[in-house]
Amino acid sequence: MSRNPYAADATDADDAVVRFDDVSMRYGRAPETLRDLTFSLPQGSFHFVTGPSGAGKTSLLKLIYLAAQPSKGLLHLFGQNVAQAPLDVRPFLRRRIGVVFQEFRLLDHMSAFDNAAVPLRIAGAKPDSYRQDVAELLTWVGLKDRMHALPPTLAGGEKQRLAIARAVVGRPDILLADEPTGNVDHEMGLRILRLFLELNRLGTTVLIATHDQDLVARSGKPILHLEDGRLVHMGPVPQGFGG
Amino acid sequence: MSVIFDPARWRPAAFLPERDTRDSALVFVVAVLCFMACLTALGVIAADRAARGWSDQLSGEMTVIVRPKANETPDSAAGRAAETLAGVPGVAEARALEREKAEALIAPWLGDVADLADLPVPRLVAVTLSRETPATAEALERALRTRGLDAVVDDHTTWLADIQRGAAIARWLGIGVFLLISAAAAAVVAFATRAGLAARREVVELLHLTGAEDAFIARLFQARFARMAAGAGLVGAAAAAALGAGLRLAGGGQGLTPVLPVAWSDLLAVLPCPLAAALVAAVAARLTAANLIRELA
Repeated sequence: MSRNPYAADATDADDAVVRFDDVSMRYGRAPETLRDLTFSLPQGSFHFVTGPSGAGKTSLLKLIYLAAQPSKGLLHLFGQNVAQAPLDVRPFLRRRIGVVFQEFRLLDHMSAFDNAAVPLRIAGAKPDSYRQDVAELLTWVGLKDRMHALPPTLAGGEKQRLAIARAVVGRPDILLADEPTGNVDHEMGLRILRLFLELNRLGTTVLIATHDQDLVARSGKPILHLEDGRLVHMGPVPQGFGG
Repeated sequence: MSVIFDPARWRPAAFLPERDTRDSALVFVVAVLCFMACLTALGVIAADRAARGWSDQLSGEMTVIVRPKANETPDSAAGRAAETLAGVPGVAEARALEREKAEALIAPWLGDVADLADLPVPRLVAVTLSRETPATAEALERALRTRGLDAVVDDHTTWLADIQRGAAIARWLGIGVFLLISAAAAAVVAFATRAGLAARREVVELLHLTGAEDAFIARLFQARFARMAAGAGLVGAAAAAALGAGLRLAGGGQGLTPVLPVAWSDLLAVLPCPLAAALVAAVAARLTAANLIRELA
């Protein structure tokens, strides 16, 4: 494994939107799920989080989208120490982060259009100000003819794209995706990858947790490889990865 | 753009489902408990009125036992006593009971064998006191002594104390049952609200992780469950009021029975029920939402 070029001590902290300093995490009294993670993600970067099941990929994302707290170490988001951020500030930090959940978490009683618009409504935007944007976004992700559909009537790939649309509709600074190609076929996986690359090209920092080594290899993007809760490699995909 | 979906005509859907089959049980339970609480309130009011009635009836009357002197008949002694007592301030009416009534009163104690005609049965005078300034037993005795009458005034003190104690027990028992049922209703409303909200945990989680402020989420659930409980409370209160009205109609002016007389004005007691149910549900929903969010955080 190569030296970690993204380690916090080797990176300009001002440029980092995410910075882990010796961060560990545990659920309750269980053993640590993540151990002594130190890295940072520069603004506009694109990384995959890889590793076997149980390595801590989802937990890592949870720390970043503030669904969990470190048991040790310092986590900085947008240059702010999360542990010291007042509780009433956290919702505003979350609004800068788009998340594609592994299990989608779509609201079944709301149409695809309504689901996609949730982050904008929460941010207090008026319907007139975003209805056209949401329609265009859904068209962009290939759901032009499914805007009225309720999530239970959508196919797996459609749900996936709707979850992505919801994650990016608020133009987040960071996009996190947990196994975004886990429920779709290879072709759809590639389409979703192109979508993420396009968002990244527009300036969004992207972090994707995945088992799909072929997707990682095709993208040519760097990885954070976790094993047993430890960051064992961060950087370009090593030779033989996915093979 | 889809011909079916027109964004220009789109209106945002509610974050919480408008109708949820899981709510039916909650509405039913809240309505039944509100009905019981309202019915108990009506019962307490009626019991209180009945207790006051018994008490007023006894404290507003006295009985005078007149023993005739050697030179007069029992009837004339009773008549003289009634005339005397009628003139005492604080007496509304004094009426000498006929011999037959006096005999009827002591018959149960002597049985059929006794020939009451041969016995010196004392005559009774029933005295009704004025409500505003009732005369005291001492005043009546003084007036009777002044007129040289041999009489004993029974102000029902012995009975009155027992009746008043019984009435107070009935009143406090009713209030206790009402408070108990109201507390149980509030607890069940709170519990059912918590259960209903826990069933929507996924909505709370999504809104929370998407950047909704805690107060925003709490308000959603608070408003939703308050509306639901108010509706259920209205149904329960209306049912209790309808039953109370039925009892009032069935019982005529005295209510169903003199024991629990229901008045039309009593039905107003159910009015606060929907508001109380809504308040309890709103508080429960807000606290539960806050707890859920705290767990998530």
